[in-house]
Amino acid sequence: MKPELESVVNALNKAFKVESSEFRGDVTLHFTADKIVDACKMMRDELEFTLLSTMTAVDLGADKEPRFNVLYYFTSVARNLSIGFLVPVSGENPSLPTVSEVFRNANWRERELWDMFGIKFEGHPDLRRIFMPDEWEGHPLRKDYPLGYEEPQFTFNYDEIDVSKPYAKE
Amino acid sequence: MAQLEEVTVDQIKHLVSERAIQGETMLLNMGPQHPSTHGVLRLLLELDGETVVNCIPVIGYLHTGIEKNMEAKNYTKAEVMTDRLDYLNTVGNNLAYSMAVEKLVGLDVPYRAQSIRVILAELQRISSHLIWLGTTGLDVAAMSTFLYCFRERESIMDILEMCSGQRMMTTYIRPGGVWRDVPVEFEAAVRKFIKMFPRRVDEYEALLTRNPLFLDRTYGIGVIPADVAINYGMTGPSLRATGVNWDLRKSRPYSGYEQYDFEVPTATEGDVYARFLVRVKEMRQSLRIVEQALDKMPMGPVRSSNHKFVPPPRSEIGVSMEALIHHFKLWTEGYSTPKGSIYNAVESPRGELGVYIVSDGGPKPYRIHWRTPSFDNLQALPYMAKGLLVADLVAIIGSVDIVLGDVDR
Repeated sequence: MKPELESVVNALNKAFKVESSEFRGDVTLHFTADKIVDACKMMRDELEFTLLSTMTAVDLGADKEPRFNVLYYFTSVARNLSIGFLVPVSGENPSLPTVSEVFRNANWRERELWDMFGIKFEGHPDLRRIFMPDEWEGHPLRKDYPLGYEEPQFTFNYDEIDVSKPYAKE
Repeated sequence: MAQLEEVTVDQIKHLVSERAIQGETMLLNMGPQHPSTHGVLRLLLELDGETVVNCIPVIGYLHTGIEKNMEAKNYTKAEVMTDRLDYLNTVGNNLAYSMAVEKLVGLDVPYRAQSIRVILAELQRISSHLIWLGTTGLDVAAMSTFLYCFRERESIMDILEMCSGQRMMTTYIRPGGVWRDVPVEFEAAVRKFIKMFPRRVDEYEALLTRNPLFLDRTYGIGVIPADVAINYGMTGPSLRATGVNWDLRKSRPYSGYEQYDFEVPTATEGDVYARFLVRVKEMRQSLRIVEQALDKMPMGPVRSSNHKFVPPPRSEIGVSMEALIHHFKLWTEGYSTPKGSIYNAVESPRGELGVYIVSDGGPKPYRIHWRTPSFDNLQALPYMAKGLLVADLVAIIGSVDIVLGDVDR
């Protein structure tokens, strides 16, 4: 770990008591949901991590608890450093406080996570689906959402497959 | 139908001003089928006469579920999808993906392959900027640039076709190196391009840089200050046009960028014209990198010799039992990666292109996330467009250089 990054980790550890892990040079801090907004504010205002590079989630499986891991990835343009925050989120009524007040691009990123994983962001100004149509059911990037495909119809089995095709029939 | 409309107005109530609800201002859809939205972008505009009061981007028309699809494919097959994300920067997407996989499994890339990667990625950057320049010119009624830009882009397409057999969807850069060595006529073709191109950039500049009509449409339009731009997650030329010197090729060199001598062009105004200047200068710098990389390109292998991840050459399969086993394993089940998660970013023509891979130890990525620069850059559009005319909005959309395949994934 770079010494500058270590000082960042120490500062965050002092304020929030977090565990850190490292894999292939990527440093990740493990946060809990209640601290994330304060941590984001501290990153932006005190530690010069002004760029929220990305925000994404991982579904660990419907039977796991906590089911989701949400990643916040910060970049410091001034100090040329990067660090990730990982927040576990429960599978039942998954929700997190919004950070769109702190980082404006979190607005769409959180909408994406709501659309794709069904994670609600409390206090979000505009939590609508972003990629899928508004009336869509389900959250596609969850592991229990099937990838799905269309069964090809050939002349010999056209009618047989047509029965199960999901479109309005006469 | 009436009910549906009611629901829609209800959903956007908090996004538009009170005057729109009372009918004083007009709500107008621009797109998704509109020539100057550069793809299937829909903008819901609230207009007071011709002034933009609110601009609400509606995206998702090109959502193809690439992340979900990649989870169902092994690492070799998933790469084909990367080309389809940002279709103007296919080589750059391959590079981002390959480097992420290499970081995950700990694979070294031969020097010759690194040079080839840099040359092609920079040529692709030029070609992407050419499309941007052409279409932006078109948006502000400078028709002729468009045709010239596409003429030069064609020679880059020829070079890509020469290497990979494909003009656009190359899949040429693979984890562990590149697909195959470049053909013998490659060097001559690139040298010819290097010789021809600087004069052509001068031509574009003669058409636009001091053109009073172009200046009228771009200077002081769509200004965004540096701190706001960073807060919106803007990266790439759009951020550098606000005065922030942030280029991953310079600040975190990868693939041998540290050996080459180049500058990172910046401007301070943060308007449409500054973004134009930065991109035009970047094309010249990219050309410098291509020339140096071509001069320094070493001989040697272009693929890693670690056959646990990289398929052995065809000639070996006939004579070596081990090569045959490796080949069979790679094409049936693919290779497994160590458990863990990594994030790796490269500088695409539009900004920071990052790949986040979570591996559960199997041959398929458990989760793969693409941090696409257009997605964040587009979010700043309402900020830049507020209070300007619809005609200015068109110029701003062009200047941010979004690719909808990159936004919607």
